[in-house]
Amino acid sequence: MKNENLYNYLLGIADNSLILGQRMGELCGHGPSLETDIACTNISLDLFGQVRSYFQYAGKIVGDGRTEDDIAMLRKERDYKNVLLVEQPNTNFAFTIGRQFLFDVYHLIFLAELQKSNDLTLSAIANKCIKEVSYHVRFSSDWVKRLGDGTEESKAKMQEAIDALWTYTDELFHQTEADVAMVAKGIGVDVTKLKEDYYLRVGELLKEATLHVPESKWFQKGGKEGIHTEHLGYLLSDLQYMQRTYPNMEW
Amino acid sequence: MSEEQIKNLEEQFEARIARDEKIEPKDWMPEKYRKTHIRQMSQHAHSEIVGMLPEGNWITRAPSLRRKVALLAKVQDEAGHGLYLYSATETLGISRDEMYEQLHTGKAKYSSIFNYPTVTWADMGAIGWLVDGAAIINQVPLCNTSYGPYARAMIRVCKEESFHQRQGYEIMIKLANGTPEQKDMAQDALNRWWWPSLMMLGPTDDVSVHTAQSMKWKLKRKSNDDLRQQFIDQTVPQAELIGLTIPDPDLKWNEEKGSYDFGDIDWDEFWQVVKGHGPMNKERMKARVGAWERGEWVRDAAMAHAEKKQERKEK
Repeated sequence: MKNENLYNYLLGIADNSLILGQRMGELCGHGPSLETDIACTNISLDLFGQVRSYFQYAGKIVGDGRTEDDIAMLRKERDYKNVLLVEQPNTNFAFTIGRQFLFDVYHLIFLAELQKSNDLTLSAIANKCIKEVSYHVRFSSDWVKRLGDGTEESKAKMQEAIDALWTYTDELFHQTEADVAMVAKGIGVDVTKLKEDYYLRVGELLKEATLHVPESKWFQKGGKEGIHTEHLGYLLSDLQYMQRTYPNMEW
Repeated sequence: MSEEQIKNLEEQFEARIARDEKIEPKDWMPEKYRKTHIRQMSQHAHSEIVGMLPEGNWITRAPSLRRKVALLAKVQDEAGHGLYLYSATETLGISRDEMYEQLHTGKAKYSSIFNYPTVTWADMGAIGWLVDGAAIINQVPLCNTSYGPYARAMIRVCKEESFHQRQGYEIMIKLANGTPEQKDMAQDALNRWWWPSLMMLGPTDDVSVHTAQSMKWKLKRKSNDDLRQQFIDQTVPQAELIGLTIPDPDLKWNEEKGSYDFGDIDWDEFWQVVKGHGPMNKERMKARVGAWERGEWVRDAAMAHAEKKQERKEK
């Protein structure tokens, strides 16, 4: 495949939005209030919009006729490159918000760097996405604060979610082969350099939310290399259902 | 106020409506007017919210990214309509929580059409095309209804609904022009949604209650049977255009009256669903009540947090 590294690099970015968008889409019509329902759907909508930009570009780069839908829906489990964090289920609203927050903070600082990419398409996509993601960070941060500094029950639930999801944060800063190659070309973002800023921002917000930063130093990884948690397979069965059941059709 | 004074007010009130003036929240209104509007507007808001469920059912399984994004946006529009209509209803002196309570206890109704299951992707097309199509026919006249907040809400709602209707029809076009399997899927969806869509326009005029009063207040401008006829006359050519067959052997163009004759509607089925025994009544309510109950701690937290913030500000 030509441009294999760039293709894989794009998938690495887009799969995070794809899988998180799918998770947020599950909640549509089932949120704790009408306002949060609308907000979660809106985030899902933004993320899928981003996915389309990345995958359309990825399809163009490969140039073998594969479409955004082929890339989104016709890969095998092991070929999805999203981080483990985004595939975690909507256990309750605190988990949904915690997952969103821990990803959003990363997403925002990542896109700020991606805007500087010397790949003009990628930089333009980042430029569009960052406006949406700034809103996502505000939404999820506000809710972490509300739940953290709300009632005793909500504080316990929010802390439980942060504790449980913490183990998936370190992976955000792991580099894949495609990452290294793209950083060398000035196209990709060196995620290892974002780590300090990330934990600083997250730590500050958790403090403001009267929550504590988990102390565990045990982290999970594997998503970027296609080794996922057991949750992903079920998510993909839904995502791929139509394309698998009715192959080669237009919708 | 003496009886005579009230009678006077009522006369003035009816005269204002007859002159096509809008009634606004702070205006005097007869209690019956207020109650009727709370009932109809909240029922409308509930329909938007419950209506999110059958379509929400396909968001995770939409066949393409483009369709997924469009469906998400559509369901989000419905949530927006719900929000807008709840707010408009609140101007009549009832809270959103009270309205939810009425929905959850079964005191308030919502459109029965949402008690049917969405079993295939084609149902997303059929709902947009037929259900939103019938809804528009019901709702367009309400853009000129007498209660100002409702009329204004309906103008916006109708604009978006007509977009949804086109979007649904476009899904059907694509399926009808697709593979035999896709065409079958579209025909099957039309077969299942056709009759319930006709029922959406309400019971026949001879058994319909409330109509006379509603006509006077411009909550209704045409009778159920007239609306139904309009829907059928508008939809049959759309089905023909894409090669689908309306599942009614008695459907026939009547040259003399310039509209279609159609077969008998199964009103037993209609009443069964209205009375809570449709295929999905229990599931829909379980989903709504479940979301509300699971969300209680979240809403409590938001309230507690807002109070803490306020306290800190005052210190």
